[in-house]
Amino acid sequence: MADLSVNICGIESPNPFWLASAPPTNTGDQIARAFDVGWGGAVWKTLGDPVENVYSRYSSIDLNGQRMAGLNNIELITDRSLEVNLIEIAEVKRRYPDNVVVVSLMVDSNPDAWDTIITQVEQAGADAIELNFGCPHGMSERGMGAAVGQVPEYTCDITGWAKASATVPVFVKLTPNITDIRTAARAAKNGGADAVSLINTINSITGVDLDSFTPRPVVGNQSSHGGYCGPAVKPIALNMVASIAADPLTEGLPISGIGGIATWQDVAEYILLGSTTIQVCTAVMHYGYRIVEGMAEGLSNYLDSKGMESVNELRGLSVEKVTDWQSLDINYVVKADIDQDKCISCGLCYIACRDGAHQAIGAERGEDDKTKVWIIDDLCVGCNLCSLVCPVQGCITMEERDFGQTHMTWNEYTSDAPPGDLIPRPKHDLTIGERS
Amino acid sequence: MSEALAAEETMTQDEALVEAHRCLMCWDAPCTRACPTSIDVPGFIKQIATDDLVGSARTILSANILGASCARVCPTEVLCAGACVLNDLHERPIDIGRLQAFATDDVVFGGGPVFSVAPPTDFNVAVIGAGPAGLSCAAELAQRGHDVTVYDANEDPGGLNTYGVASYKMDRTTALAEVEFIRGFGVGFRQGVSVGRDISVDDLVAWHDAVFLGVGLGSVPPLGIEGENLVGSVDALDFIAGVRAGDVDVVGQHIAVIGGGNTAIDAVTQAAKLGADRVYLVYRRGRDEMKAYPHDIERALTSGVEFIYWSAPIRVEGDEEVQSLICERTEHIVTADGSVDLVAIAGSEYSIPVSMVMRATGQEKRRSFFDSIPGVVTDDGGRVVVNDDFRTGSDRIWAGGDCVNGGKEVVNAVAHGAAAARDIDRTLRSESQGSGA
Repeated sequence: MADLSVNICGIESPNPFWLASAPPTNTGDQIARAFDVGWGGAVWKTLGDPVENVYSRYSSIDLNGQRMAGLNNIELITDRSLEVNLIEIAEVKRRYPDNVVVVSLMVDSNPDAWDTIITQVEQAGADAIELNFGCPHGMSERGMGAAVGQVPEYTCDITGWAKASATVPVFVKLTPNITDIRTAARAAKNGGADAVSLINTINSITGVDLDSFTPRPVVGNQSSHGGYCGPAVKPIALNMVASIAADPLTEGLPISGIGGIATWQDVAEYILLGSTTIQVCTAVMHYGYRIVEGMAEGLSNYLDSKGMESVNELRGLSVEKVTDWQSLDINYVVKADIDQDKCISCGLCYIACRDGAHQAIGAERGEDDKTKVWIIDDLCVGCNLCSLVCPVQGCITMEERDFGQTHMTWNEYTSDAPPGDLIPRPKHDLTIGERS
Repeated sequence: MSEALAAEETMTQDEALVEAHRCLMCWDAPCTRACPTSIDVPGFIKQIATDDLVGSARTILSANILGASCARVCPTEVLCAGACVLNDLHERPIDIGRLQAFATDDVVFGGGPVFSVAPPTDFNVAVIGAGPAGLSCAAELAQRGHDVTVYDANEDPGGLNTYGVASYKMDRTTALAEVEFIRGFGVGFRQGVSVGRDISVDDLVAWHDAVFLGVGLGSVPPLGIEGENLVGSVDALDFIAGVRAGDVDVVGQHIAVIGGGNTAIDAVTQAAKLGADRVYLVYRRGRDEMKAYPHDIERALTSGVEFIYWSAPIRVEGDEEVQSLICERTEHIVTADGSVDLVAIAGSEYSIPVSMVMRATGQEKRRSFFDSIPGVVTDDGGRVVVNDDFRTGSDRIWAGGDCVNGGKEVVNAVAHGAAAARDIDRTLRSESQGSGA
């Protein structure tokens, strides 16, 4: 059984599984129940000046029957009093001294406001604070949240104020609603941040009610853009995590990864791309706290299967495997291979390749009247699409081909002295009507 | 009771969405290829999944105007669902029949017009028989602007859909709703008119520009055994019609049904579901030789029907009412020339105590009726001979459905009727252009 405990900027956590600052961390009672079933830490729902929320706050995207493939919210920071939250923070820390309580904060942009609230939450027992520079709705219009995170100078300055006041580590939570996430991470680091958390939610409108013409979530007869999260955003978040992990200017800056995490595989991917802890919200809003049990069991089993004794051995192993396109080997060749014994004759690979890719699959009705498909090897560019649409596990595989070719990048190929020849590419130069 | 059974089969929206999302949306979909009316199955399922039920109904009904009844009575296990690629993935195939009912019910039960009707032509067509073939032909012709009159001997239109399909598969309400849907295209119905008795085919040919024969098959003829005139000895189709009319009570009875085809299976299953105490299916050969579909045989077995194979009826006994069916055992023997013969086993007579004996041993062909129509030819099996466009030997008369194929599914009859209608339309329009030039 592998050791799942981690240390992030000096904070010991029994495992990398934290709850993100969000509705699942709204109250001490919720967080206590989460710790009871195995969550290692929780980021308390953002504290700040009191707000009032609207009725109807969430909306979602369903994908072919899968509910909440993406979730959108227009909920603001906590609408409970600071006093009550502080009492509950102290109570949770008293009952769960080994679990991590990070408190998310968002106040007006002046040093005194930050100093006051940081002092209060530290006195309550917070292990760390997280600066919410990411909230994309409601608070940003008041000069907080993403309004700070979108301007590197503000991020740097306010992080500096927080660091001046805080004795505990300071996390900065980054908004993805910018052009290059590395700029924001660098600003946080320059301001003295001990770690970054990302991503916060992405500006979104999930859809429109086709009867009332009102976008969702509906508030009266109007709506507002919200923040998007859940499984749909995971690829965007992974890319941002990886780019910060690989950035020499933020080298060594610990990362708490957030975005669409629901399973142990998701956790492993975030850790492989450089995260130390991960934070979960949507999956808990969908299925409850107990999903952490499967995450812990699965991650541990995975580490065992890899011969790793600690989750720390996994961290960052995939970072160097993300490179620029120019550095990829353009002489690497794979081609699709169809296992005819597994094929169920749905024809999806054929139509996907014909209409959507490179016309490299043939099809006909066989003697048994079932669709028979085959790869036209000369035309296959190894794009993967057929293997992606195939509904049968292991039916279409991508097979590596050895032509005795030399490794060659685009930069090398276009240099004065290429290391070898570019192996011939499939030709797709038929004009209309030449097709058989 | 039949209504309740039918309702139980209806999908909820949640069920339909889950099922629709299971569909892989195959290219050159095998389900569509397996459908005699070539319904775009992945197309209509995608429309269900995207909450376009009117579009889904239109996709189905444009290929098969009796899509609502076919959704219920089609042997999907050997057609669309049987061809579903999920079978090869060792998964349950898509429940295409019930999805099709879900998509079509709203429209067929009065959800408003989903098709436009072409501007009227000057042509009028007689359709003989208001069963599936005739309804399909009439609907297609009416949509193309022709004046269509359907002549039918029964009190209500619908043919076997109204009178002859077991109630647990489809209720009378659905059958009649479908007729009303087709009436909405402007089709006229003249019920209670028996062509050949009340009106001659010659007259119809004289009055109309074209005639379509969709007269189906006749009743199940007596077996020619002793005691068949006793009360309680009936044609299985009359039994089913009686059930549908609501005037049959079999609770507590012992019943034997003779035959091994789909009508026999319908009758035994229906009798068992209606509360008969013991229901026997008596068949002279074994299970492998039965024409009934395996899934229907399974349903009969799970309904409590007892199958008696390798037995032939030789006599019905009773005073005025049936008291028992006398059978003898049969077997296959290989003759000297190598062929297989079915023979009775001497001295193997035995008695089954029953109060009702139904014969489901095949419907009679209407050979004499067809022989009376000039130009119409039947084959050795009594089936009307037609060309690829369902035209008979007469250039004014087309035919389709059971009277042409000897008795198949509703969906086959629908395909015939629609194909014939297209040829009638083509023929009439080209002749009129020819005469106008």
